[in-house]
Amino acid sequence: MTTHFFSDTAVLLGRSLRHIARSLDTIITTAIMPIGFMLLFVYVFGGAINSGSDSYVSYLLPGILIITIASGISYTAYRLFLDMKSGIFERFQSMPIARSSVLWAHVLTSLVANLVSLAVVVLVALLMGFRSGAGPAAWLAVVGILVLFTLALTWIAVIPGLTAKSVDGASAFSYPLIFLPFISSAFVPTATMPGPVRAFAEHQPVTSIVNAIRDLFSDQPVGADIWTALAWCVGILVVAYVFAVATYRRKIA
Amino acid sequence: MNAAAIQVKGLEKSYKNLEVLRGVDFDVAAGSIFALLGSNGAGKTTVVKILATLLKADAGTAKVNGFDVATQPAEVRESISLTGQFAAVDEILSGRENLVLLARLRHLKDPGSVANGLLERFSLADAAARKVATYSGGMRRRLDIAMSLIGNPPVIFLDEPTTGLDPQARLEVWDAVRELAAQGTTVLLTTQYLDEAEQLADRIAILHGGRIIVNGTLAELKQMLPPAEVEYVEKQPTLEDVFLAVVGHQ
Ligand SMILES: Nc1ncnc2c1ncn2[C@@H]1O[C@H](COP(=O)(O)OP(=O)(O)O)[C@@H](O)[C@H]1O
Ligand SMILES: [Mg+2]
Repeated sequence: MTTHFFSDTAVLLGRSLRHIARSLDTIITTAIMPIGFMLLFVYVFGGAINSGSDSYVSYLLPGILIITIASGISYTAYRLFLDMKSGIFERFQSMPIARSSVLWAHVLTSLVANLVSLAVVVLVALLMGFRSGAGPAAWLAVVGILVLFTLALTWIAVIPGLTAKSVDGASAFSYPLIFLPFISSAFVPTATMPGPVRAFAEHQPVTSIVNAIRDLFSDQPVGADIWTALAWCVGILVVAYVFAVATYRRKIA
Repeated sequence: MNAAAIQVKGLEKSYKNLEVLRGVDFDVAAGSIFALLGSNGAGKTTVVKILATLLKADAGTAKVNGFDVATQPAEVRESISLTGQFAAVDEILSGRENLVLLARLRHLKDPGSVANGLLERFSLADAAARKVATYSGGMRRRLDIAMSLIGNPPVIFLDEPTTGLDPQARLEVWDAVRELAAQGTTVLLTTQYLDEAEQLADRIAILHGGRIIVNGTLAELKQMLPPAEVEYVEKQPTLEDVFLAVVGHQ
């Protein structure tokens, strides 16, 4: 049956992309919160924050992109949850299709939806004065990191999507992820934080990812941050994938 | 007598401490309609899910179209289609898109014309382009059954196909089921309604207390009761007759 894996995944991907295209509001909602944070921090708190850079919006954007992804993947869990509830998931599982394609279609849909939301947020940042001297290679690296991070969080989102008992349960898991950037270098330099908080901030994944993207955007040498960032992304991706697939196996046993 | 399309022997299944099936046995002849009758919670859905490879039995064997559900699930899935207890349709897609989706997943040559044929056959052509979310319960169920016919699987499971439908929609579903059997498809349907089993099934089995307590044709089942006495009563129309007459069903 694995011979059909790619065609089945493509067909199911087409289905979920239609869902998204018909509920564009979910993509807008995904982008609204991060844009709100961006407006708040730039125009309300920005004057009081000394980030050590000329353009606070440019300083802020990498963290905002992380928040966008963290809020976007709750829709992935939500869509998966609806499929589980509606019985269409069982219908697919009782058909002669490659069984894992049902999951992969959701994961790829999540990637597409998040990339669209990210593009919307970047456009708003440009309007607010974000400028980048990054060349094509640096942009490619930024997109690569964001894609990896989206995939990593998406595989985390698959787990509540498969196991949640209610809609709220399916999306609540993303709240801590949305707040993780606040205790990182995303909004203020970690050097300003008190000891224990600073220790946490400097050793959690968001800081290295934010620093790497910020350096790429400002055309600076990226240093060790990018390797730490990649290691975090790949590490989370692998662990989340293993748990998600194990959960899936248990569900369709 | 045809060969059995479904063979179930000694099927057992518990959910934690709840013993739902305690040794279920039955055979379904190819091309026949078999009704599994049982009250709510009797375990009908559990049987259907095991036969559709969605659940594993704790003990016993089941074969569908000659394939073992435990050891040859892929072959079983090639042979069946399942219409679950709750309509498994995609609300956001249109009726036609739902059918095309299923035809693609069954790897058929011309998904569009397969979809058109079924829309016609199930009187859904006028609503083909509408979102399923706008469909009535009966239309949704018809679409659900139409989706199950794609690819002409030899065995079809219908889990409580008419629960929650109004009488008219119920008759439409019955017609669809009869048509299926006329084409040689084996149909296993579950129901809580005695009249549904009476109307449709070649054989009826009653699932109760985790076992099949009765299994036979309608005539055989009727013989289990004391012979009927002849009584002369004026035939009163049932409420259902009245309802159907008023809303214009012949
Ligand atoms: N996943 C499950 N976990 C625990 N109990 C279940 C589960 N599915 C069904 N049951 C229980 O098993 C019994 C039989 O259920 P089911 O097969 O759905 O019956 P029916 O379809 O005849 O109404 C019911 O008491 C039901 O509550
Ligand atoms: Mg049931």
